[in-house]
Amino acid sequence: MSQITVDRKLCDNHGQCAIAAPKVFSMNDEGVLEFEEIFDDALLDEVEEAIDVCPVQAIFVKD
Amino acid sequence: MGQRIIVAGASLGGLRAAEQLRATGWEGEILVIGEENHPPYNRPPLSKEVLAAPGTPKEVLSKLAFRPRRSATGIQWRLGTRITASNLAGRTITLDDGEEISFDGLVIATGLRPARVAVPGPLDGRHVLRSIDDALALHTVLLPGTRVGVIGSGFIGCESAATAASLGCAVTLVEGRTGPMERPLGSALSAGVREMLSRRGVDCREAVSVVAYRGDGSCTGIELSDGRTVSAEVIIEAVGSHANVEWLQGNGLDLGDGVECDGHLRVLAADGQPVPCVVAIGDIARYPDVRNGLPARRVEHWATPTDTAKIAAPALVAGIAGRTPAEAPAPLPSFWTDIFGTRINGVGSPADAEETRILEGDPGKPQEGVAVGYYRGNTLIGVVNAGLPASRHLHYRQLVLDAGALVTN
Repeated sequence: MSQITVDRKLCDNHGQCAIAAPKVFSMNDEGVLEFEEIFDDALLDEVEEAIDVCPVQAIFVKD
Repeated sequence: MGQRIIVAGASLGGLRAAEQLRATGWEGEILVIGEENHPPYNRPPLSKEVLAAPGTPKEVLSKLAFRPRRSATGIQWRLGTRITASNLAGRTITLDDGEEISFDGLVIATGLRPARVAVPGPLDGRHVLRSIDDALALHTVLLPGTRVGVIGSGFIGCESAATAASLGCAVTLVEGRTGPMERPLGSALSAGVREMLSRRGVDCREAVSVVAYRGDGSCTGIELSDGRTVSAEVIIEAVGSHANVEWLQGNGLDLGDGVECDGHLRVLAADGQPVPCVVAIGDIARYPDVRNGLPARRVEHWATPTDTAKIAAPALVAGIAGRTPAEAPAPLPSFWTDIFGTRINGVGSPADAEETRILEGDPGKPQEGVAVGYYRGNTLIGVVNAGLPASRHLHYRQLVLDAGALVTN
C-alpha cells in the first residue's frame, strides 16, 4: 500500500487529479476534493500522473 | 561509451521529458540545458498570485519550483546556458560558450518567448510576463493609482489586467483584433469576461490596437488606432509569442510556426519523414489534432508539456533503439484561467468550433455559472465552463470524450 497527503492550503480544487486517478481522487457536488489517503500500489502510476497534473503541486507521496 | 539524450529547454517541458524518459526505462545519460538560471518552475501564478504578492525572490522560487518525480534520478542540469546552433544529421548542439555536445537523442523543449509590440516610442516602462524575473519586476511598479496599459486580451493580458486592477491600479485593456480570450472562449463568453473586467474598473477598449507609445525617455501614454490616447506609465505587452527555434535553423526544417511533428511528436523533415531521434514537446511542438482530424497546430496550454512528454519520450527511446513506436494516445487539450476569483475551465478544441451552444447559465454572467459547448457539425469538440464547481467541469469533460470526436485514419 502507498500513502499520499494533500496540502489543503495549496489545493485549489481544480479537479485534474480526479481525471488522472479517479479511483483515488474525486470532486464532490460542491466541487471540493475528496481522496483516499491509502491506496493499492497498483495505482501508483495513476497517482504519479495526478501529482504531475496538479496545477498547484498540492499532492505529496508519504514515505 | 554510454548513450546520451539532450533535453533542450529546462522549464516544465524539460522536466517532464526527463521524468518520462526514465519512466520509459532510458538508463543512459540525460542532460537538460536551459537558458534561465532557475530550475523548472510553475508559470501560471506569475500573472495572478505572484504578481499580486510575490514575497522575496527566494520565497517565489521555493513556492513555484516543481518537485521532480522521485524516479527521475541521475538527471544532469545545465542552467543559465543557451543553445545557439544544432546539427541534427551530425547529432550535435552548440552552446553559447562555443562548446559542442553530441547526442544520441534530442528533445526540443525550448518553448516560446513573448512577442513585443513593434511601434514607435520610448522603451522604458514596457513589460512582458513570462518569467519569475518579469513578474518580480512588474510587481514593483504596480502601485495603487498607477496607470497601466495592458496590450492584448489573451489569457496573460486578461489575467494581468485583473491582477493590476485588484492592486488598485487604473487599468486600460487594449483588446486588439479580438475580444477578451475570444479565440478559446468564443464571442458570447468573451463578452461576459469583458463585462467582469469592466465591472471591476478595467477600461476595456474594443477592436483597437496600439499605434505608438508617447513619452520622452519613458512611456507616458498609448496612441490607439481609433485616434484616442490613453495615459499609462506602465505597459504590459501580452500580444502572443515567438517560438524559440533559431538554434534549429540550417537543418531543413519548417520552422514557420514552431517545429512540425507527427502524432508521436517526432520532428518532421521537409519531405515529411521523421528526423531520426529528434522529438519536440510543449508549446513549441506543432502536431496533428488526431482527435478532430484537423491539421497540425501548436497548443499553448499548461497541460501540453506533460501530455506531449508522455508521447514523445517512448517514441524517442524506440527510435534510438531502431524500433517503431507504439500507437500514440491523442491527448484532450485543457486549460483554465482565473479572473477576479472566477475559474474558467476549458476542455477540447473550442477554437476550432463552427458553432457554439449554451449548455447552462448565461454567458453574459460567467461568475454566476455557465457552460458553453463548441461543435463541428453535430459533434461536441469542446466545452468551456465558468463559475461552476469542478465536478461540473469533470462532467462536461466526459461529454466531450463521449462525443467520440476521435477520428481514426
